[in-house]
Amino acid sequence: MNSIRLRPLSRLFLALFLTVATIGESLAQAVGAAPAVSKEGVAPGATAAATPATAAAPAAGGGDAAAIAAGDALFKGNCAQCHAVNEVVVGPALAGISKRRPMSWIIPWVKNSSKMVASGDEYSVKIFNQYSKQQMPSFQLSDQEITSIVAWVTSQEGKATGPNDNAAGTGIKPGEQGPAGGADTAEAGAGKYMNVLLIVLVVVLIVLVVTLVIIANIMKDVLRGRKDLDGRDREVLEQRFDFSKIYKSTAVRAIVGVVFVLAVLYESIQGAMGVGLTQGYQPTQPIAFSHKLHAGEHQINCAYCHTSVYKSRSANIPSANICMNCHSQIKTESPEIKKIYRAIERKQPIQWVRIHNLPDLAYFNHAQHTQVGGIECQTCHGPIQNMDVVYQYSPLTMGWCINCHRETPLNTKGNGYYDNLVKLHDKSNGAVPFTVSSNGGTECSKCHY
Amino acid sequence: MQESPKYWKGIEELENSPEFVKNALTEFADFLPVKESNGSTDAAVAPRRDFLKLMGFGIAAATLASCETPIRKAIPYLNKPEEVDPGIANFYASTFFNGQDYNSILVKTREGRPIKFEGNPESPVTRGGLSARAQAAVLSLYDGGRLQHFAKKGAKIDKDQLDQEVRNALAGAGRIAVVSPTIISPSTKKVIGEFAGRFAGTEHVMYDVDSASGLLRANGGVVPAYDFSKADVIVSFGADFLGTWLSPVEYARQYITNRKVSKEKQTMSRHFQFESNMSLTGSNADVRVPLKPSEMGEAVLAVYNTVVGGGSASSYNNKLLQTAAAELKRAGARGLVVSGSNDPAVQTLVAAINQALGSAAVDVANPSYIRQGDDARMSRLLRDISNGQIGAVIFYNANPVFDHPMGADLAAALKSGKVRTTISLNDRLDETGELCTYAAPDHHFLESWNDYEPKRGFLSLAQPVITPLFATRQAQDSLLTWAGNPTTYYNYLRNQWKAVLGGDFNKAWDKAVHDGVATGTATPAPIAQTAAAMDVNGAISAIKSAPKPSGIELAIYEKVAIGNGSNLLANNPWLQELPDPVTKATWGNYVTVPRAYAADQKWEQGDVVKVSVNGKSVELPVLIQPGQAAGTIGIALGYGRTKAGKVGNELGQNVLPLVAMRNDAIIYSNAVQITPTEAKSPIAQTQTHHTIMDRKQVVQEATLKQYVENPKEVTEYEKISTPEGLAKPNKVSLWQDYEYKNHHWGMAIDLNSCIGCGSCVIGCQAENNVAVVGKQEVINRREMHWLRIDRYYSSAAHKSDFEAKGKLDTYAAMEDPSENPQVIFQPMLCQHCNHAPCETVCPVLATTHSSEGLNQMTYNRCVGTRYCANNCPYKVRRFNWFSYYTNEKFETVNGHMFTDLGRMVLNPDVTVRARGVMEKCSFCVQRIQLGKLEAKKQKRRPQDGEVVSACAQSCPTQAIVFGDMRDPNSRISQILRREDGERAFHVLDSINTQPNITYLTKIRNTESSEFNA
Repeated sequence: MNSIRLRPLSRLFLALFLTVATIGESLAQAVGAAPAVSKEGVAPGATAAATPATAAAPAAGGGDAAAIAAGDALFKGNCAQCHAVNEVVVGPALAGISKRRPMSWIIPWVKNSSKMVASGDEYSVKIFNQYSKQQMPSFQLSDQEITSIVAWVTSQEGKATGPNDNAAGTGIKPGEQGPAGGADTAEAGAGKYMNVLLIVLVVVLIVLVVTLVIIANIMKDVLRGRKDLDGRDREVLEQRFDFSKIYKSTAVRAIVGVVFVLAVLYESIQGAMGVGLTQGYQPTQPIAFSHKLHAGEHQINCAYCHTSVYKSRSANIPSANICMNCHSQIKTESPEIKKIYRAIERKQPIQWVRIHNLPDLAYFNHAQHTQVGGIECQTCHGPIQNMDVVYQYSPLTMGWCINCHRETPLNTKGNGYYDNLVKLHDKSNGAVPFTVSSNGGTECSKCHY
Repeated sequence: MQESPKYWKGIEELENSPEFVKNALTEFADFLPVKESNGSTDAAVAPRRDFLKLMGFGIAAATLASCETPIRKAIPYLNKPEEVDPGIANFYASTFFNGQDYNSILVKTREGRPIKFEGNPESPVTRGGLSARAQAAVLSLYDGGRLQHFAKKGAKIDKDQLDQEVRNALAGAGRIAVVSPTIISPSTKKVIGEFAGRFAGTEHVMYDVDSASGLLRANGGVVPAYDFSKADVIVSFGADFLGTWLSPVEYARQYITNRKVSKEKQTMSRHFQFESNMSLTGSNADVRVPLKPSEMGEAVLAVYNTVVGGGSASSYNNKLLQTAAAELKRAGARGLVVSGSNDPAVQTLVAAINQALGSAAVDVANPSYIRQGDDARMSRLLRDISNGQIGAVIFYNANPVFDHPMGADLAAALKSGKVRTTISLNDRLDETGELCTYAAPDHHFLESWNDYEPKRGFLSLAQPVITPLFATRQAQDSLLTWAGNPTTYYNYLRNQWKAVLGGDFNKAWDKAVHDGVATGTATPAPIAQTAAAMDVNGAISAIKSAPKPSGIELAIYEKVAIGNGSNLLANNPWLQELPDPVTKATWGNYVTVPRAYAADQKWEQGDVVKVSVNGKSVELPVLIQPGQAAGTIGIALGYGRTKAGKVGNELGQNVLPLVAMRNDAIIYSNAVQITPTEAKSPIAQTQTHHTIMDRKQVVQEATLKQYVENPKEVTEYEKISTPEGLAKPNKVSLWQDYEYKNHHWGMAIDLNSCIGCGSCVIGCQAENNVAVVGKQEVINRREMHWLRIDRYYSSAAHKSDFEAKGKLDTYAAMEDPSENPQVIFQPMLCQHCNHAPCETVCPVLATTHSSEGLNQMTYNRCVGTRYCANNCPYKVRRFNWFSYYTNEKFETVNGHMFTDLGRMVLNPDVTVRARGVMEKCSFCVQRIQLGKLEAKKQKRRPQDGEVVSACAQSCPTQAIVFGDMRDPNSRISQILRREDGERAFHVLDSINTQPNITYLTKIRNTESSEFNA
């Protein structure tokens, strides 16, 4: 992963070793293409639509279909960790809930189940005891939101089960990945096609060379057999390749020297630019937590664990009690999960290794980018739902930040803050997109204070 | 037409001393402090070889250091509290009361750590204002000087063992005394009452360092509640009610309500001040008359004679006093007299005058509880202790060994074992605590539950905002434990409040804790004073018979920052480095002397003199103070601590032993002898450090009469010459104008409302992690405050006097004006110029202009050329000469940036600046960004008042208004529209920097000729 600025230099360097470079580049592309290709069809749990603020809007105004859609997002954001429609996970399967219990029971239960249990409600106590006295957390949802969740559950009854049953419906379509993602995919496709061509070409060339050598040798043998050759011809026939001549040639020496110097220079600049860069940093964590399992296969919303990502500057690392919401029931025998139990028993917090480190002089706010900007987690953190062990996907350099601020149009839709600004911008600039930087997003004190 | 008085910043400038001229011409004190400690000669400061060695080493070190990125840990909560989200601040209502001034506060916490206080707008008493002292109190939580465990004779002891021993000792102690400063907590009083019930013979004695015994005696054992907003004529005899007297934040707000002027309200109160030292209140007065402390009684008597009549003739005669008395009489119920004197005779007359006026500003029925100390009881107790009549004594936040005039006697008695059992509940082993056998340190108030009733009917609560940092215990819990009551103080408090709050208690309690304040009363009738009240005739004869010394008189006062010098304040570096509003001196006390007297004695600033009374003496440097009454000197109390902690120890000297005791009452003045010594001791003043190019357009003022006549004439606007004639300075410009589409942040500072208290300076320091630099670096002119308050003295002589007095006499008067000058305060901070001179000279674009009008300072880009500071006409840029957070030179004064404990107070949203970079006011850009983000998250525009800078937030008089000038309905836009062409002006308008800070001309309710007493 070369720094963007060094591309021209590397091209120059590679141009000098044309053949080697072709093979090298094709290999590099093959490696680089792997994550890009696998972006397709990904169904990340974290979407801005799942936040209560946005989800509430359609639920309030729309009809049945809108309520079901809103319920879908709310269910994934709040309930899916412990409930499925047609099977028992941590809590009971929800299919038929609308027939089993009236809404007048469901709403207070969702809002505060422990109160219901404490009040001695017969059914509440029964279900509490049935699921090994595991308390359902309280949810700050409105009555309407709860109703829409139930509507969605009802609509899903009897459908196929399995963790990925809704992946296709909710996942991000390939086209939605933004210009950068799309370009990567296209490039990767072309690269793959080129590889095959090149390999065929190389094979053909090798066969050609070998054939020619064989032919030459045969012809030489034939000539040696002839007795009517004069001295000059014999000389040509017996000519030997003199390596010392190449070695002594100033031109060759000069080229080798220049290439050597360039290579050293390139490596040192590369090294110098990489100081403090930790892209690809993938430390071993004290607990082998897999995002692939949780965010990828089980579709758990990012904000379920990283609770403050939509409201605070920091997307907090979940506290152990959040793990316990599920893992007091699930996989309790796993040695990795036992580490969490031990931490809680000993009252020693888990010391995760921090992967994404910004220098103290830079201020970054998650809420600004997620809640306001509507940026996907994956845009900066990469295909987190495919990572067993998380690594730093983006370089997190200032150039990388600024570049994005220059290119990305502001997410102004429906946000009263920007209404007048958009008008002013359109009046003076017309077709030019209203990017972050055209709203002052590349000024120093936006990030440094 | 506006008069143009000559302003000067201090005596040095007036005299134009060579030192001053040198400093005025250079922005920075010295060149780089390389090898400062080695004392090397100039040639050896940086020889070539050293340079090469350092460079080589530097490169190698940088290379090595960059090879490996350190592994950083991210440690989440095990069980996250529901209301805590990392990165989001929570605010909790609480109360600050240190026995001196009361403030209802909101505590800003981040990740469970208190980092800043803000005024509680819900409070009907302080109404969102906050004093500098209260602002700085957050630092005292992380004070390493606090005692961190229970102790017996200084050694650590188990809590239960201490309880056992104390209970045994108290059981057979006989007479027990609980000594404390004023307690305004009804529940704490109840606890002490319960303790007294358990141990018969217990007496609770309250005393105040700045005692109001005289005031209490004259008003039937209570301090009247004052409302300065209801007074049109205020006559104050030495009461520094805006700075230190009783409840300055509350009074400042009331006072300024009746001082603000606008088109709609063209009246303001008239304020006469008669005092010895130049106080904060005196410098805000319309008419200030210097007088000796011994003349105070006669002066009050003269007013009494005019207003009430019937007293014997006063020996004090002054035209301005007669004016004041006549105006007072005319004002009737809208008049108010206050006095800071602790002489019951003076206070009795003051009370009689207010009664005769029927003053609406005085309320004795719903009094203030802020002072309850009884000098006579305390003196009697200390005598009893010396005589060995007390079996046990408990000091509860009281440090009489240091802060009582008879402290030396008490120390001797404690040392010689005159009291069998001595217990200290103080938060540290201070001067008194150290001499006690047992120490059961109290929690910090941020770790405690408590209630307060500063005024009858106004209650407030304090709640813990952090788990106790050390193994301490709340004093009330200690007393309850020793009294054998197993309830915790929290439950005790709640039970008390059940009687106060009506209706659903839990609901009402939650609301009270949330709001921090409640109405209702819980205080039983106050304890009567030992000495009986005086009648007016007795008071007059007491005044007549009071000694009238002929020599120099010492007037003891309190400084706005350090106050009574109690533990919470003295060991606080922010307060120690807060320049005194008037003298602009930091770190220590000094003797303020009148200029004529200093000239007579040939004293210069910094000469150490010995001030002695009856064999007790202090040696302090001289500070020449304009406005100091002739024949008087002033010294601040609260200094000379020896056991306050690393910061507060050995600063200045304790002046309290020099007070006069009259009938067991402390009189804060005395006749003294002064003798010069050979020594010199520099005073760390900030005042002449940052000079401004041209005085003429810096501060503007006018009289109320001029304002009423024509508001368009009160401010002078500079014009520049152009080919088309005179024009506004912005007509000709080198630079392009900015277009502000989104926001345009600006500030308006009303010089009429600014009283110079310094609350904003500390607010800014707390918000922006501003480093403390210590005494020597202040002397070196390297203080770091982003916001300073400039104090200008002005002369009252004008050219308009030519005709009346003649040119020669007028010029003579203009040359010698500093006996009693007028004072004007001006908060000075980065002006965020639209055409900023600093921006154009930065070679690396580290300081740039933002699209919202801010002048941005980017620390990580700054290479430290300091061109910007040199080019700044306002002198508001500060250079980091040192790594204040790692350089051991600053470990004492800047301790809160050194230790893990101290660093908890830092604002995590603001960078701690490294050595070699420039810094300055950022307009609290972190608050702007937060306000904008909150609005964006809710998909709306920010509302006016949501984004407020720290200085504007903390201003008790709302002199500073911050807001978006693009929003036509914002307060700032309204002010600017209203005052355009009237009082609004920019500092140094003619150089066309186009600042985003607008000042409003000060209006004085005075005739300038009246001022020369």
